[in-house]
Amino acid sequence: MRSRTVQGTVAIAATASLALAACGGAGGPQSGGSSKLTDDKLVIGLLNDQSGVYKDLSGPNSKVAIEMAIEDYKAKYGDKAVAKDIEVVTADHQNKADIANSKAQEMYDRQKADIILDVPNSAAALAVATQAKNKKKLYINIGAGTTALTGASCNKYTFHWAYNTSVLARGTAGTITKAGGKKWNIVYPDYAFGQDMNKSFTKEITTAGGTVGQSIASPFPSDNFATFITKAGEGDPDVIGSMHAGGDLINFVKQFNQSSLKGKVQLAVGLMFITDIHSLGVDQFAGTQFTDAWYWNFDAQNKKWADRFKEKTNTRPSFAHAANYSAAMNYLEAVQEAGTDDADTIVGKLEGKKINDVFLRNGEIRKADHAVIHDVYLAKVKSSAPEEWDYEDIEKTIPASEAYGEANPACSMS
Amino acid sequence: MSEFIQYTLQGLAAGGFYALSALGLAVIFGVLGVVNFSHGACYMLGAVLSAVLLAELNVGFWAALVIVPILMFGFGVLMERLLVRWLLELDPLYNFLLTFGLTLVIVEAVKQRYGVSGLPYQVPAGLGGQVSVGSVNLSVYAIFACLFSVVVCVAVGLLLTKTRIGMIVRAATEAPDRTRALGINVGLWVTPVFGFGIALAGLAGVLAAPTRAITAEMGSNFIIILFAVVVIGGLGSILGAVVAGFLVGLVEAYGIAYAPTYAQIVIFVLMAIVVLVRPSGLFGREEVA
Repeated sequence: MRSRTVQGTVAIAATASLALAACGGAGGPQSGGSSKLTDDKLVIGLLNDQSGVYKDLSGPNSKVAIEMAIEDYKAKYGDKAVAKDIEVVTADHQNKADIANSKAQEMYDRQKADIILDVPNSAAALAVATQAKNKKKLYINIGAGTTALTGASCNKYTFHWAYNTSVLARGTAGTITKAGGKKWNIVYPDYAFGQDMNKSFTKEITTAGGTVGQSIASPFPSDNFATFITKAGEGDPDVIGSMHAGGDLINFVKQFNQSSLKGKVQLAVGLMFITDIHSLGVDQFAGTQFTDAWYWNFDAQNKKWADRFKEKTNTRPSFAHAANYSAAMNYLEAVQEAGTDDADTIVGKLEGKKINDVFLRNGEIRKADHAVIHDVYLAKVKSSAPEEWDYEDIEKTIPASEAYGEANPACSMS
Repeated sequence: MSEFIQYTLQGLAAGGFYALSALGLAVIFGVLGVVNFSHGACYMLGAVLSAVLLAELNVGFWAALVIVPILMFGFGVLMERLLVRWLLELDPLYNFLLTFGLTLVIVEAVKQRYGVSGLPYQVPAGLGGQVSVGSVNLSVYAIFACLFSVVVCVAVGLLLTKTRIGMIVRAATEAPDRTRALGINVGLWVTPVFGFGIALAGLAGVLAAPTRAITAEMGSNFIIILFAVVVIGGLGSILGAVVAGFLVGLVEAYGIAYAPTYAQIVIFVLMAIVVLVRPSGLFGREEVA
């Protein structure tokens, strides 16, 4: 009965792989010595994906970005700096909400983190928001897209810095539909993020006067999209919207480019990062439109920061790196202004603050829902890259108020 | 109707590729009784090697189709000589766990070296575009990948069943002592067969490179579908792997077409039914271990 033994073995191994995937690594606590601050030092926790699909988007290089902020803060205030001893601790949440939850607890309680930054992946992001609320400690989310952070799950200690799914939908779906792409078919991955994106896009397309013929759910993850693409091409749409991310997105675009729809139907991508263009090659994505929260080669200010980043990491920054820098810098400024690391005082300093820095243009930390609104950009992928990482033409700056709309009515702070 | 034909053709195209991808798994199990969990990782290595050869040494797709399987053969030989060999005598579970561990090592090593976002690879010149008949379209590359896979599967099947080498290999594994008594060095044949299975995984990886995301994780989910293919076909049966490859491709395509949310579930429902009705798979032999 060799075959039966083997089938049992397959089941054991599948279970083992799940168990192994659930184990993780973490940073450790250290010591310090200063004043006015609890434990005499400031601890910034960076909780993100250090080994999986979002590693290149944010990952370990976000620590470099945060350290750049610390460097700038110290250079700016010198001896007058309230926080003289600043430590960055990092942990890998492996894109799992339960791990994010326990790591956040560990950071706040044992490592004495005053703030947690980043946390891509919506489920993980929401788990950490609950911890921040319970522990009354600061949390600035950067990498996650869910609107729940500034909606039903919003709280006093949670801020959402870079983007959200409704910003992407307004930017991409709204702009393309208004420009004449009226008939859409959408393919989305069948999990929380994909379903959310499908809803946001459908709403924006309809508002802008377009129609969505079909919304097709694909299993996640998926390798073979050929038939999904055929199905999405039925009914002669003007635009096919892919709401996939990471490896699924690359599979989708590669197979779309090999299909008969290439050149006939426009491809719009819901969530795309510069790291995706880098991995697939600029020519494969050429002409694809998407909304970007920040682009390193947009203007001289961004470029200067990106050059500094490149010296340290040998790569160009994604929007998430710049946003981690911006969030850390503004947090440190708030500590400086308040003269303390007390979370409630810092929240008071941050709320309503208007900011213009390397990441935020016309930025404002909206008091009502803690969305950090700022100008975002409709980008179009270049047909060839003048230099490595120079992949985007910014077609349009979408003003903060248009991109973010009204404060989320689902949010109640108290 | 044309839509149905379209879905069928896409299913068959995917099926050919599944058949080739599962073939190495079937060969290694059929001949050595080893369930090679690292097959998905070796498939990934094949794709990553193609991308690296292109980026760093400017070696194109056609050359990669030859070079990558040779390199992977070497890798397979090393794996067998250094590791797998020592556990062959034990319960298959040991080698299963060994290759599972190897998978983790290989995937993490690739992540360390090449990151997680993936590597670029284009469709080779001459295989771009589509073939259209009426309203039915199929990409040239998908047709090529399917036909190429079928040719390789048939060649491997003939090699194992119709040639002297195949006869020796089968004899050496089914009755090692009697084969030894006939003056054949049985130990000598185990290594190349394992290497050959790994080379087939690498070949599938090269074939996947132009049409799929080349990431360290690309094999992690794929291996699950491949296990479904070999279980449906009958573990170790090459004909079974090929038939089941096409079957799974078709089932998946129809699933996507008519019940997209359940597209992957239907594959495993099919597997469950086959295992319930015929525990040894469609073409598996009932044997006593």
